[in-house]
Amino acid sequence: MRVLVGASVVGYASGAWADELNLREGATSIMHDVFDLHMFVLYICCAIGIVVFSAMGYSMYAHRKSVGAVASQFHENTRVEILWTIIPLLILIGMAIPATATLIKMYDTGGEDLAVEVRGYQWKWQYKYLDEERKNTLSFFSNLSTTQDEIHNRSPKGEFYLLEVDKPLVIPTKKKVRFLITGNDVIHSFSVPDFGIKRDAIPGMLNDVWAVVDEPGIYRGQCSELCGKDHGFMPIVVRAVPEDEYNTWYAAQQVAYAEREQMASQTFTAEQLMTLGEQVYSKNCVACHQVDGKGVPPVFPALAGGKIATGEQAGHIRQILQGVPGTAMQSFAAQLNAAEIAAVVHYERHSWGNATDDVTQPIDVLNLVSAQ
Amino acid sequence: MTSHRAKPWKLVVLVVGMFGFGFALVPLYGVLCKITGLGGRTGDLYVYDPASVKLDESRLVKVNLLTNTNDGMTWTFRAEQRVLRVHPGELNEAKFYVRNTTDRVMVAQAVPSLAPGSAAEFFHKTECFCFARQVLGPGEELEMPMRFFVSSDLPRNLDSISLSYTLFDVTQLAADGQIATGA
Amino acid sequence: MSAVIETHHDDHAHGPAKGITRWLFTTNHKDIGTLYLWFSFTMFLIGGCLALVIRAELFQPGLQFVDPAFFNQMTTNHGLIMVFGAIMPAMVGLANWLVPLMIGAPDMALPRLNNLSFWILPFAFGLLISTLFMEGGGPNFGWTFYAPLSTTYAPSTVTFFIFGVHMMGASSIMGSINIIATILNMRAPGMTLMKMPLFVWTWLITAYLLLAVMPVLAGVVTMMLFDVHFHTSFFNAAGGGDPVMFQHIFWFFGHPEVYIMILPAFGVVSQIIPTFARKPLFGYDSMVYAVASIAFLSFIVWAHHMFTVGMPLAGQLFFMYATMLIAVPTGVKVFNWVATMWRGSMTFETPMLFSIAFVILFTIGGFSGLMLAMTPVDFQYQDTYFVVAHFHYVLVPGSLFAIIAAVYYWLPKWCGRMYDESLGKLHFWLSFIGVNVTFFPQHFSGLAGMPRRVPDYALQFADFNMISSIGAYFFGFSQVFFLFIVIKTIRSGKAATARVWDGAHGLEWTVPSPAPYHTFTHPPTVTDAEAHS
Repeated sequence: MRVLVGASVVGYASGAWADELNLREGATSIMHDVFDLHMFVLYICCAIGIVVFSAMGYSMYAHRKSVGAVASQFHENTRVEILWTIIPLLILIGMAIPATATLIKMYDTGGEDLAVEVRGYQWKWQYKYLDEERKNTLSFFSNLSTTQDEIHNRSPKGEFYLLEVDKPLVIPTKKKVRFLITGNDVIHSFSVPDFGIKRDAIPGMLNDVWAVVDEPGIYRGQCSELCGKDHGFMPIVVRAVPEDEYNTWYAAQQVAYAEREQMASQTFTAEQLMTLGEQVYSKNCVACHQVDGKGVPPVFPALAGGKIATGEQAGHIRQILQGVPGTAMQSFAAQLNAAEIAAVVHYERHSWGNATDDVTQPIDVLNLVSAQ
Repeated sequence: MTSHRAKPWKLVVLVVGMFGFGFALVPLYGVLCKITGLGGRTGDLYVYDPASVKLDESRLVKVNLLTNTNDGMTWTFRAEQRVLRVHPGELNEAKFYVRNTTDRVMVAQAVPSLAPGSAAEFFHKTECFCFARQVLGPGEELEMPMRFFVSSDLPRNLDSISLSYTLFDVTQLAADGQIATGA
Repeated sequence: MSAVIETHHDDHAHGPAKGITRWLFTTNHKDIGTLYLWFSFTMFLIGGCLALVIRAELFQPGLQFVDPAFFNQMTTNHGLIMVFGAIMPAMVGLANWLVPLMIGAPDMALPRLNNLSFWILPFAFGLLISTLFMEGGGPNFGWTFYAPLSTTYAPSTVTFFIFGVHMMGASSIMGSINIIATILNMRAPGMTLMKMPLFVWTWLITAYLLLAVMPVLAGVVTMMLFDVHFHTSFFNAAGGGDPVMFQHIFWFFGHPEVYIMILPAFGVVSQIIPTFARKPLFGYDSMVYAVASIAFLSFIVWAHHMFTVGMPLAGQLFFMYATMLIAVPTGVKVFNWVATMWRGSMTFETPMLFSIAFVILFTIGGFSGLMLAMTPVDFQYQDTYFVVAHFHYVLVPGSLFAIIAAVYYWLPKWCGRMYDESLGKLHFWLSFIGVNVTFFPQHFSGLAGMPRRVPDYALQFADFNMISSIGAYFFGFSQVFFLFIVIKTIRSGKAATARVWDGAHGLEWTVPSPAPYHTFTHPPTVTDAEAHS
């Protein structure tokens, strides 16, 4: 029987095949509870299945016309019918009790040590650490780092294909971390199976889940609500580290943040702009506008020979700063600093046959932002 | 054949009724959300009467303030203070800063949402920029206060509340004459 | 004189018109049943091709054949076509053919409305399928079309999608009014409600469900239309609306919808198993009450599709408990089918094979459904392939197998010829193997964490995806084989008797095979032998 095979196979699941066959046991005590509840319900279903399907199997064997079975004509039995209504009801109550207990635990939201805002974008995640002391919130975007070459089968796929990002979310272990989840455009869903959490990221609405991670490690999940073209390409990676390591990391981020801001006021050579611009382009623009700048018209316009990329510089910068409402071209003002925007604008204006005669510096971007 | 007529017409009434029910679900949903706190909807303007509000100085509640601009909205929008710690019953003020970074007049709507949703019924705003649309000209900036208190019957295990404001561009909606309400 | 003319009319009622106008203008329930069934099979093959595009892309990790935006159109339209174009019209086709015959009525209550109900469908689906070729592409937001992906961020073809849904809904509503009026008004004397065949009961209840929820679907797509074109803000937070409200209203329709797709299947299986066990259906009364309880409960469980949206604790608990409760009447039905088989005298012709497979595999789908009802664990399953496995188990070896069983069972009555039993059995085994190879591995992929509606996946999901894709192609080709069997039967099958199956009971088996164009122009007498088995 299918169910029998499934049950015994799943029984081995906590071993070598765990990756392919079953839920994981998880890295939080809540997820351990969830895993146990899952196995409990699965075993009950298997048991019921074995009983019912065995009865059917036996009947198909013994009550065949071809072996001379003569049909009885009974068609009711009140006692049996009451029994097989009451017994399933009792079994269900038996399942509902641990489920209720676990759910109540999940809803106990008090006592947070750290709050992180998680915001779903088309098609990446943004994380903001809600730090009460500083005015500049540590905030960054987390993009899929699997290359287009891997996706389009031009190079071999890495071990964490589609489950790797450029900047993972870093949190301390053994601390209650609250995730405040919202969306920027359409509904996404933040999911980290190892923590037992999944919650929708809805524009205009704030959701919260929490986790206390027992063991350091890297934990991966994927967006879990259809959100458009690259729904399958916006993973979540969380690096949980011991508290002092977290504090060191956090302090280093603050320093790096300040350095980045300082870079914004510098002047670059054309070569430096092209190099940085290509990096920015391949991380943020290539999925839609393609490596060759030809885009996928009409939804994703071509930049090669495009009228904005070869037209007025200010208009080009503004396109990236403000996005184009009602289309998939979003505003990049929040996630790229002035140097990065200047570089990618320069790169686009000097690639694929585009040959404008301007050089775009961070100050040009800053001027546009603060002008008017 | 006439004996068939009455039944189908009664069924048509059922169909029309269910269609109307579908639309009635819209206001019904709003009412249920207010009652249950689903979606973290905070209430309308609340009048703070010092005489009737109990102050609880035995505990502090952490209030996280989050600000965001939705897709396509490029204004600068931030809370001057990220975190406040307040006593239940105490009237507090939080300041928000907003700036229109574009070159045209725009209308914005701030939409609040509170987490956990169960705390929404204990969170009251006596003044909030989210109750009205904000009109700013090119480059114009504004400081917007929000006054609130957490009522003292907030369950003791709820020691942290997060309030987020998402700023939406409603210039087109306002031009169409659609009423955008707050809260 | 008049007496002579009268008997002439009884025995030699005029036959069908000739040519294509017969099919365009027919008001005959048998013709319209045939139209629905052929239409639904065509839609099934088209929807199946979309599935094969999906499974081709998912055969291996990486993007090989289609780009992600087109892939989303494939998944969306596969769902829409299968739900609204294949399963539902097939069930209506069965109702049209069988309900009047089973209750001893000459036709449906509103024959011209019946014709309109059918002919709306080719237009609705022509419109829907043509959007795939329009600029901007067809609907790409999932068959569940959540806002704002389906409003603010939708391609311009969303308007045609909305019109298509309105048309399909109107067709279903009109069909249901017809079915209820027929069942309540036109039963032969002596056929009380509790003597009706169970298939008629399941359609009576299904028709009421349709009337209750299709208008709500019409309402929600109208709200979408307003948001898209008239700048209202039903689902747009900017204007004071709420995307979550979309989900509540949609699933208030959506959950009863899935019961609409399965209840007639329960009815079919409840007709077939007693015939081939040569034994009356066990627990007829409790079967009726079980169907009624399932229908009632289906209205209060909708938010189990929304456990991750952020509902308050009390809401989560209520929907968990209510959803778990549905297992009780459903279990009663499964036990009753087994008890019908028990101590019968069974033979395993093709309809019986498909019906037994239905009981086993639908029950497996029911188990995964019960697991999904457990809210804290649902956070793991939601939007993964575990859900995909669950609903394909209840819809494919569930609803679809019941429809196939019904076709094998009643085709001899409809066309007067027997299908080839060996070919039928071969089709069964190919389908059984195909369906399990396709969908069972998806349970594992889902548990391991593979999300749904993705064109590409991480490497640990590769093995089971490959197996599933192989199964899908195997299953797809075995359904083309089914088409061959049906056509072969119609053209050159052996002549069938009136009774066809020696254990069959019911009024439809008292008329000749093929059933004459007009039957029961005078109501028959309902004896106990021909009442429900």
